Formats: sequence, structure tokens, C-alpha cells
Amino acid sequence: MIVDLLLWPALAALLWVNRRRPLLWPLVALALLLLFNRLFTPGFFALEIRDGRLYGTLVDVLNQGSKVMLLALGMTLVIATGGVDLSVGATMAIAGAVMARLAGVSIPVALGGGLGVALLAGAWNGLLVSAFRIQPIIATLILMVAGRGVAQLVTDGQIINFEQPALVYLGNGSLLGLPFTLALVLGMFVLTALLVRRTALGLFIEAIGDNETAARFTGLPARPVKFLVYVFAGLCAGLAGLVAASNIKSADANHIGLYLELDAILAVVVGGTALTGGRFQLAGSLVGALLIQTLGTTLYARNVGADVATVPKAIVILAVCLLQSPVLRAKLAGLRRPAPAALRKEGAA
Amino acid sequence: MSAPVLVCRGLTKRFPGVVALDGVDFCARGGEVHALMGENGAGKSTLIKALTGVHPRDAGEAEVDGRPVHPRSPREAEAAGISTVYQEVNLIPDLSVAENICLGRQRTRLGFIRWGDARTRARAALARLGLELDVDRTLSECSIAIQQLVAIARATDIDARVLILDEPTSSLDAGEVAQLFTVVRRLRDRGLAIVFVSHFLDQVYALADRITVLRNGRLVGEFPVAELPRLQLVAHMMGRSVDEVEALRHRERPAAAPGEPLLSTRGLALRHAVLPLDLELRRGEVLGLGGLLGSGRTEVARLLFGLDRADAGETRLEGRPVTFHSPADAMRAGLALTPEDRKTQAILPNLTVRENLIVALQARRGLWKQIPRAEQDRLVADFTRALGIKTSGPEQLIRNLSGGNQQKVILARWLATEPRLLILDEPTRGIDVGAQADIERLLARLRDEGLAIVFICADTAELSRNSQRIAVLRDHAKVAELTGPDVNEQAVMRAIARETAA
Repeated sequence: MIVDLLLWPALAALLWVNRRRPLLWPLVALALLLLFNRLFTPGFFALEIRDGRLYGTLVDVLNQGSKVMLLALGMTLVIATGGVDLSVGATMAIAGAVMARLAGVSIPVALGGGLGVALLAGAWNGLLVSAFRIQPIIATLILMVAGRGVAQLVTDGQIINFEQPALVYLGNGSLLGLPFTLALVLGMFVLTALLVRRTALGLFIEAIGDNETAARFTGLPARPVKFLVYVFAGLCAGLAGLVAASNIKSADANHIGLYLELDAILAVVVGGTALTGGRFQLAGSLVGALLIQTLGTTLYARNVGADVATVPKAIVILAVCLLQSPVLRAKLAGLRRPAPAALRKEGAA
Repeated sequence: MSAPVLVCRGLTKRFPGVVALDGVDFCARGGEVHALMGENGAGKSTLIKALTGVHPRDAGEAEVDGRPVHPRSPREAEAAGISTVYQEVNLIPDLSVAENICLGRQRTRLGFIRWGDARTRARAALARLGLELDVDRTLSECSIAIQQLVAIARATDIDARVLILDEPTSSLDAGEVAQLFTVVRRLRDRGLAIVFVSHFLDQVYALADRITVLRNGRLVGEFPVAELPRLQLVAHMMGRSVDEVEALRHRERPAAAPGEPLLSTRGLALRHAVLPLDLELRRGEVLGLGGLLGSGRTEVARLLFGLDRADAGETRLEGRPVTFHSPADAMRAGLALTPEDRKTQAILPNLTVRENLIVALQARRGLWKQIPRAEQDRLVADFTRALGIKTSGPEQLIRNLSGGNQQKVILARWLATEPRLLILDEPTRGIDVGAQADIERLLARLRDEGLAIVFICADTAELSRNSQRIAVLRDHAKVAELTGPDVNEQAVMRAIARETAA
């Protein structure tokens, strides 16, 4: 089949390129999961073209995974500074609600309003963390708890439906036969990569996350940078919220983005960025998000009930995290070729 | 002479690669304050930790009132009669005074704590020190001095025979120190043996009856305070005889050709850290900042670099008044600081040598103007060669480098910003001899290129070898400024040891 001809060589090449990179283990897990589905889940790789558009489970994975991928981009930068943003799920709900509420006014106003309010939410978090020095987990917990209430206020407690084609296209349309959301994710990924690697932002973020005291002694603008990453996480959450609302053509303040902040954090950690901050892996976070989505879709396709699906999901995540754990890897390496006692001692010192 | 309470013989403690304590004898007598003196790394802390069960000792014995003690934890040491109050108050700030005094030794009834009894005991313990205090107050509401006294009350609440005070005065002001001393004298008069560790010579001479000096983990000697002049004490701590110090010849050094003043301070001060300070830094000159640890050297560096804000006085840069609100401000004016603690204040351990080297220059250029990769690589290559940095490559993580090479990278980080004024806080601490020589040579070269340099160093020999002018600090104040032929070890030691005029 043509999918096999394209996918497996591409995966193999990706693994080879990343053989010494932190991306290796999440990629291996993803490849194994796909292989499992190729062998044991009938129809998982089936694709068909209808009305110039590609349909199939793999396409669903990309489309459904787009929200966590968007969140993971912003979350990566926040976590790299040593923080965390628990409010992104609630921010999605607010952004979706504002877009639905303004849908009747005009399309630019609806989109701009949704994203604008998400930027405000991010600025609020950034202010609490950088200016008032509240611990990130607490600072963002405030909006996580209050955000859905704000979204309810925006929608007057109703589920607001909308029909505007442009807004529906955002989460359901296709571009060159592929879901538009995929283009959105790729666009944001390139934008983020340029932002952190073509300016000094990436270096500053990693320096602050690695040793904030030293960063301050070196004259780095630690507080503005922290503010900026929370604003950026808000923007990413806003985009994800618009997509989520568009998916269901309505704003459901109670359910849009529910628990997605946890998936996003998981994606970042599985992707090789440490929760303690410092070095971050932007592409790794995307792979992590894809892994989580593929896992969810696999379980769904194999008729594992949603109520018990969390258990196999947790097991796979645990396996990837353990494979990345330096302690476990040192032990495994020791098992493979026991070093002479003297050498081990030197290595430990 | 009163009876020995705590007697140690041949205490030895080894750590991998070093003997921290080498057969030290020590004796503290009841009703006496016994000062334990020595430079950093002399073994004072190790001795205390060996006595209080923090470190198991490798050899030697200790007795309290003739009974051998062998504590394996601070709790066992307390049970044996040895109580300790550490430099950093290690009480629990969010609990009340009474809870802090009685924590871990509350009397219980049917498994429940008797809080009334705890309060009564806490009040009694404070009263024994002559203190009256609301025991229900939260500890964090009390001043550091009161917290220190609460720690002493806790230490003496149990039946202590020996009270060890490890640098208890380092964060107190003069009035608070007097209050502490009143309490310590009261305890001494009740017959406790008190061991007092401090870097402040004035305080030692005001309080102690006897002094034991350690150096490099060995006992130098035990002296009654009255028979040990200050200069002799300083010489003992540094491992030189007074005669040897006297005989030190002023070394030939290039005639200082100081340029015009670059930065000057007048009455610069910060409460608890720096007493009003006048300094003048000139181009092409190394100004040494001398003094014992805790004399305020690092605090001066922090003030100059904008890490702390002065609460009095002014700073002038080329004659114009300036205020640095942050290190970024200071950097824009052409200042650079390599901090005292390389590990926690300077290196970004998980980033590469390249990133560590360019980060200050990048900070100065700002977020949006990324230094092109080619320029980064050139900077790294240039400085690696110029400073002789030994690394397997620019992409090596800095934490894998030796201390000396890490320090060179940090120096390169600041030299890359092309500073006009370079402040080096203990740049040679904890690095090997070769790297130290490299850094000293670099210092001379930068001076000749016209930089103004502030060189902070605890080693008087190294200080006088590298400076054209030396400001000596003691107890947070500048007590002397040495120029010309006076820039020598002996003069520095005299200045450190000199009795206060009053």
C-alpha cells in the first residue's frame, strides 16, 4: 500500500537522524504503536479520498491531536523557564466562548476577540508570576478554576451555536486534501521555532530555567521573558480553543479543553523537556502530543471503553518516561556490559 | 581555671581526597567562652559537625563531664549535653516561639501534646536568658536577633552542658550583637561551656576567654585571649610567624600609572551590609578588596553592580552621578562582575560552553539582535585560545569542565562584553594552581590594557601580589587604604587585626 511505502521509510529516517537526540524515545514509542496498529488493528491505516479530501484514522489522529499540539508549543516554553501553566484548558473555553458570542458581528471580530481574550488571560498569568512572583502552579491554578466561570458568563450559561462557514472551516475544513488544523499546527511550530531560535529568546529561556540566579547575575531580563512565555502560552491556548469550538460548531464552556492542560504537560515531558526547566525540545513536544493522541485513538479503535482507557495510556507514558530516566538508563547500561569496579567508581566521581 | 566539660582527643575526619580534621585536641571548660578560629577550610565546621553527630568521626574520642560520647545524630548529641546554634537560624519560621522551643520534645498526655506545658516551658527557657517574649508569636514576625535568641533558648531548654554558637552574629547589627552577648555571658556565668565561632575579631576579643586556632584541619594551638595579640592570631590563622610576616619584603611591581578615575563612591551604604564607603576606581589599576570572610567584601561588589540598592550615598561614573537599578544597568555602563559562588551564581550548568560564554554579550545586545552563529563561534574560539580553556569543544556542557576552566569561561563571558570596569569576587577560589596563575597573568594584562579592576580575595599574599592599591574591610567598614609601598601582606594583616580606635 502507498501509505506503507511512504510512512515506514520516513519513520526509519526520522529515527536514524535522531538516534543520539532526546527525540529518540518518544519517536520509538510512536513507531512501535503505529506498527502494532498496522499488524493488529484492521482499518487503522485505511485511507480514502472523497471530494478531493483525505479520510481515515491516521488523518483523524492529526486533526484531533492538533489542539494538544498547539497547547504543547506554548507549554514547552513555560516549562522551560521552570514554570507550568495549568490554565490553558480554561483559556480555550473562554476563547471559544468569545468567538461564538461575536460570531454574528463579523468574522475578523470573532477571531480577533477570541485570540485577544486568550492573550489577556496569558498576560494575567504572566503578571502574577513575573511581577508578583507567585509560584506558577498557584498563579495559573487561579485562572484554571475561575476560567470556566468566566466562559459561562460570556455565554450566559448557554451553549451558543454558530454556522458561519469561515468559523466552521477552522476546525473542520481541509487544505490541499489535509485537515486545515494540520497547516495551523505546522505554521505555529515554524513561527515558534523562528521566535526561539532566530532571536535570543530560546537561549534566555533556557538560561533562566537552568539557573535563574546566574541568569540574573548576567543581566538577563528574567521577568520580561517569563511574562512573554505566559502570554505566548495564552495565544496557543486561544488558537486551540477556536479550533475546539469550531469542531463542534458551538461554544460549550463546560467541556471545551477540559483536562487538556494535563495532556499538554504530559506531551512536553514525554517529548524530553524536564519539568525543572532549562533545555527544551519543541519538536519533541509535538511528537509527545502525537503519541498521546495516537494512543487514545488506538484504544478507541480497539473498543477499549473510555472509562478504562486511562490505564493502558498511563502504562505507555510511564514506559517512555522510564526510558528517559538517567537513573534507569545507567542501570540498564550497567546490566548490558558490567564495567570493572575501578571504572565505575571513577564514573561516579 | 574551671573544670573541663568537653574534652576531645585526636579527632580525625577524612573526606574523599582530603583530611578535613587531623588529630585535633580540643577542650572547653565550664564557665568559659572558648573561641574557635581559623580561615575557611581550616576545619572549624568539620570539628563542630563531628561533635554534634552530623559527620561520624573516623578516629579520636570525645567526653562530656568525663563520660565518653559518640553521637550519631544532632539529637544524640543533645541528649549527651552538646547543643548547637547554627549560623543560619534553623528553626521553623511559621511556627510559634513556644512550638519552636519545644518541638520534638513536647510532653504528651495520652499521645496528645500538652500545649499549656509547652508554653510554660518556653517562657521559663526564655526567662533563664533574661528575656520576656510573647511565646505565641509566630517566629517569622520576630527579628533575626530574637530568632537567634529563641534558637539559644531551644538549645539550652534541655540540660545542655556545652553550647556551640556557629557564627551567630553574622546577620546582626551592633545593638543586636550586644544583646546576644549579654545572654551568652549569663549562660557562661551559669557554668556552661560555650564554644564560639566567629570571623569578627572584635567580637572574639570582646567575648572569649580562650582561643583555639585551627589551620588546614590541624590544631595550631590553644591560647588565653590575654596572651594572644591580634597580629599573632592573624599570623597563626594564616600559617606564618609574626617574624616571617615582618620580614616580608615589599615586592617590586610595575609602577602604578593609574589613569583618570572611572567610578567613585561617596558614603555608599546599605544597612546590615556596608557602612558608608568611599572608593575610587581608576583605569589601568587593580584595587584589591581585603578583609576576612564576612567583612563585607562581597556586599560591596553587589552594591557596585546593581544587585543591591544602596540606601545612602552616591556613585559617580566619570564624574556623573549614576544609579544602577539592576545588573543590566551596570552592564550598559560597562561594568562586569564574576560572582563569588561560581556554582550557584555564575554557571548555567546544563548549557554549553558556547552558550555560557556568549550569554552576557547577548543580554547586552538584547533579545532581538541574536549574535550570528559565526560570530559566536569566533568568540568562543578566540577566548578558548586566549585564556587557555581546556574543553573537548564549544558544545561541551560547562558542568563537565573543571572548576578552573569553568571560571575561565565565566571570565570570558564578561570580557566578551568589553567592560571598562571588572569586579572579580574570589576568582581563584577552589581552582587549581595552574588556572590560578593563568588568571593572575590575565589580570595584569587587562590592567595594562586600561581596565579598572576590583579584585576581591581572602588570601592576603595573592591580594597584595596583584593589587596596586588595597582597601581593607573589617566588620562591614573600610578601615584602611594601602597604597604604594604599603601594599604588602604585613600591612594588610595589620589593618585586619588593628584594634578599633575606641
